[in-house]
Amino acid sequence: MNELDTLVTQARADFENAADATQLDVAKSRYLGKGGAITQQMKTLGQLGPDERRAAGARINAAKDQIETALEARREAIRDAALAIQLSAEALDVTLPGRGMGKGGLHPVSRTLERIEALFRSIGFEVADGPEIETDFLNFTALNTPENHPARSMHDTFYLEGADDVLLRTHTSPVQVRTMREHVAQYGDREHMPEIRVIIPGRVYRVDSDATHSPMFHQVEGLWVGEDISFADLKGVIADFLRKFFETDDLQVRFRPSFFPFTEPSAEIDVAFMHGEMKGRWLEIAGCGMVHPNVLRHGGIDPERYTGFAFGMGPDRLTMLRYGINDLRLFFEGDLRFLGQFR
Amino acid sequence: MQFSEQWLRHFVDPKIDSEALGQLMTMAGLEVEEMNAVGGVFTSVVVGEILSTEKHPDADRLKVCQVDAGQDAPLQIVCGAPNAEAGMKVPCAVVGASLPGFEIKQAKLRGVASHGMLCSARELGISEEHGGLYALPDDAPVGADVRQLLGLDDTVYVIKLTPNRADCLSLAGVAREVAALTDLPLTMPPSVPVEPTIDDRRVIALDAPESCPRFCGRILQGVDARASTPEWMVRRLERSGIRAISALVDITNYVMLELGQPLHAYDNDRLEGAIHARMAQPGEKLLLLNEQVIELAAGTLVIADDARVLGMAGIMGGEESGISLDTRNVFLEAAYFTPDAVAGRAREYGFGSDASHRFERGVDFALSPVAIERATALILEICGGEVGPVVQAESLAHLPVRPPVTLRPARARKVLGIDLSDDDMASLLSRVHLDVVREGENFRVTPPSYRFDIEIEVDLVEELARLHGYDNIPAPAPQGHLAMLDRPESRRDLWQVKRMVADRDYQEVVTYSFIEEAWERDFCGNAQPIRLANPIASQMNVMRSSLIPGLLGVLLTNRKRQNPRVRVFETGRCFRVDDAGTPVAGYDQPVRLGLLAAAGTAPEQWGVAHRNADFYDLKGDLEALFAPQTLSFEAAEHPALHPGRSAKVLAAGKPVGYIGEIHPKWAQKYELGNAPVVCEVDVDALLQASLPVYTAISRLPAVVRDMALVVASTVQAMALMAALKQAAPAIVRDIQLFDVYQGKGVDPDKKSLAFRVLMQDTQRTLEDAEVDAAVSALVQCAQAQFNAALRG
Repeated sequence: MNELDTLVTQARADFENAADATQLDVAKSRYLGKGGAITQQMKTLGQLGPDERRAAGARINAAKDQIETALEARREAIRDAALAIQLSAEALDVTLPGRGMGKGGLHPVSRTLERIEALFRSIGFEVADGPEIETDFLNFTALNTPENHPARSMHDTFYLEGADDVLLRTHTSPVQVRTMREHVAQYGDREHMPEIRVIIPGRVYRVDSDATHSPMFHQVEGLWVGEDISFADLKGVIADFLRKFFETDDLQVRFRPSFFPFTEPSAEIDVAFMHGEMKGRWLEIAGCGMVHPNVLRHGGIDPERYTGFAFGMGPDRLTMLRYGINDLRLFFEGDLRFLGQFR
Repeated sequence: MQFSEQWLRHFVDPKIDSEALGQLMTMAGLEVEEMNAVGGVFTSVVVGEILSTEKHPDADRLKVCQVDAGQDAPLQIVCGAPNAEAGMKVPCAVVGASLPGFEIKQAKLRGVASHGMLCSARELGISEEHGGLYALPDDAPVGADVRQLLGLDDTVYVIKLTPNRADCLSLAGVAREVAALTDLPLTMPPSVPVEPTIDDRRVIALDAPESCPRFCGRILQGVDARASTPEWMVRRLERSGIRAISALVDITNYVMLELGQPLHAYDNDRLEGAIHARMAQPGEKLLLLNEQVIELAAGTLVIADDARVLGMAGIMGGEESGISLDTRNVFLEAAYFTPDAVAGRAREYGFGSDASHRFERGVDFALSPVAIERATALILEICGGEVGPVVQAESLAHLPVRPPVTLRPARARKVLGIDLSDDDMASLLSRVHLDVVREGENFRVTPPSYRFDIEIEVDLVEELARLHGYDNIPAPAPQGHLAMLDRPESRRDLWQVKRMVADRDYQEVVTYSFIEEAWERDFCGNAQPIRLANPIASQMNVMRSSLIPGLLGVLLTNRKRQNPRVRVFETGRCFRVDDAGTPVAGYDQPVRLGLLAAAGTAPEQWGVAHRNADFYDLKGDLEALFAPQTLSFEAAEHPALHPGRSAKVLAAGKPVGYIGEIHPKWAQKYELGNAPVVCEVDVDALLQASLPVYTAISRLPAVVRDMALVVASTVQAMALMAALKQAAPAIVRDIQLFDVYQGKGVDPDKKSLAFRVLMQDTQRTLEDAEVDAAVSALVQCAQAQFNAALRG
């Protein structure tokens, strides 16, 4: 082994022994610094003849390259080691919960109402709204339910003290008449009025309270009036809705003859699931029918020219069925352990 | 309406089982709510006659009975019933019999052999009666099958009738429907006029013919009111939910159930002179059969004789003229009272009856003469006696008419969306005894007297749908005129806003719109709330004028249930008397959003220091919900809120709600815990949005300068900000409040407000001089208007 080879080997060993960047710099200066071994070697070249000098220069340079490569490699290794230490010191407990605020949620009945609105919007139904303190006239009389009509006893009505002509609406149906009147005011002078397609979600009130009845509950009214709307269309819309709402075809829908003063023919809509806990039981979820000619007249619409259907469904009931809730009162108690389940 | 299947099948007997018959009625609009088997499932129970009883040698309560059960020799049966005695006929389950839940085997009871069991009503599943053995009639043949004897292979249907179908408030009516639906013949009970045997009669005066246009009356003499009601009648009454009382009462009830005509029997010896159907005089009093004395209001139709009021027509009879077990002579009434005369009256007086239920919905006015004959025949058969002639008073002009109704088959097809032929329509309508006559393209349809519900064409359309079967109407995919819905960009969707609220960690709740009056007073300062005339409970008696009380109620509920973290919101209507209110005159009913936070800003967590949400947290939420609309806030007092921590909320300069911390006195009184913060705003304002308008953005460098202004601590930061913006030269693009400081270096009654001023021009780079000038203009403004000093 010649002197240069020894030098390279020695340098490699020195570099390897350097524990950090400072020691490495000290080691470097022993070989490549001003008084370093390689520099000393270079200084000896001047004493040699031209041919020898060329050959020796090349040898020294080769050794120098080797030393520099070794230095660089060691430098990188030291950097890597330091980084590794830093990274390991910075490691987090990634299982700790994220920082930040909590998240609330909608009421379960709101979830249902939002779905109902979205489903009906998808076939062109608008959403309307109406007052909850309503006139006796619109709640009953305009809906073909005159004073003393036995159907009035089907609704146990809340009245206001000192006011005979107003009440808490017992259903969302009065908004049917309001909607028709507004529609006629807007489009009545056209040769063909556009169709009325509207749903009306809202709170309604009846004097009743137990596990299945609340003095306040929700209803969604639906109304479609046009020049050629039939009972078959009503069946089609409702059947489509129920399958989409419950996201299943595994469902029987039954229209059962019934009576409401404001529709004729009238029907109750029952559903039965074909599987699961409720299998085979008919559950009443809505009332519906063809809008009674007297109601159309009260809305300013000619019943000879236009026909329509209306329905009123119970979103509270639909919510209970959909999420398996067994007590209506939970909806109005405000217990966050219950409500928090529907985020 | 409740009745026995066996009874129904006497009228019409379709070859379908009970379940299918129930289904048939339901799908015709006579909704079967309940179907109950009359007896339990049991076999080999026969009529046994107790021949003798002896005390059990080893048990005080047991008896050893010898029972003739129709077998070769008497059976020895040990029995514990207190009423077991010789001569009694009872149900006897013989060895091998199966009863609900067990089987009868040979047994020894306390050492004595027993070959069967004597049964109570409960053991046979007939009723809950378990006090002793079920006593069978004395004439029950020994050894006969008890199921057959008692007609226990029967079902009771409970049907829920809609108010339009008064014609089905009788067995005959229901049977008529079933016959029409199954196209089978209908067998009506015999109704043959009973020949008078005496000539006693009473004059009947229709003094109010518009309310009582027909009245049939008849005297029966020498009847035995103590005669026992036949077993079959008792059974049918009981299965219709009517208790048997005495023969005469039972017969009137029976005919009402059978035909639908309410009847009334008076004790003829207690009547004086003529019978009047007239309006009550003001102040007249009546002791009712239910022993209640009522003062009659004018406008109440009554039955009276020449001396006094006898009863409320069609609602309830009077005690003094009623029949008793001692009655010998009867005056029988079968009348037609119009629905208008009866409807609502019973409710006004606070009671009703089977009769009023029928009259207010409409009783067949052709039925009075038929029913009185049917009742007469039954009375003669059961109670004996002599019969006077039927006196029928009527005012034909006031009897209902059943004018023919025109049916356009094409219209029916259009409304129903089905393809039903004209002939099919005629045939369906004829089945329910409507008289159908062809008239050109249309039909002229005349309803029978008992159909109060067929007045216009659509009534016939409904009848067609029902008879054709709702199930047979198709349910095609809906077709309509396609038109896109409005989607205004200047209005946000409420669902979107609700989701935003929920995303800010509020849970939606739904609370009652009626609240306790004290809450309305304390939290809304409303001493004149809208009160309900008939609240369901005293703590739910006024309409809320704010959502806050309801949200506080939710807070209380959850505190009681140890749910510590309450952050809730509700949207809903609030109610106030307001002369300018629309759309219902006199009431303002805006939809509002209420928020309540009574908890830490974040759920208890390792990474966030716990801090209760305060005024500014809630304010920040509210500002975020309204963004990009900017709100302003003015200190203002509110009955529910801490006077120094409450504000009016304004959007576009108009008040839209309020925000603040619950007043400590309420927090203490209602135990609401630590200072909940609440706000309430009009949803209408919240949904406003505006179409963005583009303005040019500058590409030139901006200059930012900060300045800290020391002002009195009472100075409102936003008032100062508004003044600064007012005074700012055109190059000032934005001013932000980035720090509020009180403490070391600032006088205790002062605070330091630090503003960051951003200056920029769209055309040129700003020069130092104009930037300095702008800042000093701002400082001068603050000095002049707010006595502010620039903090060093």
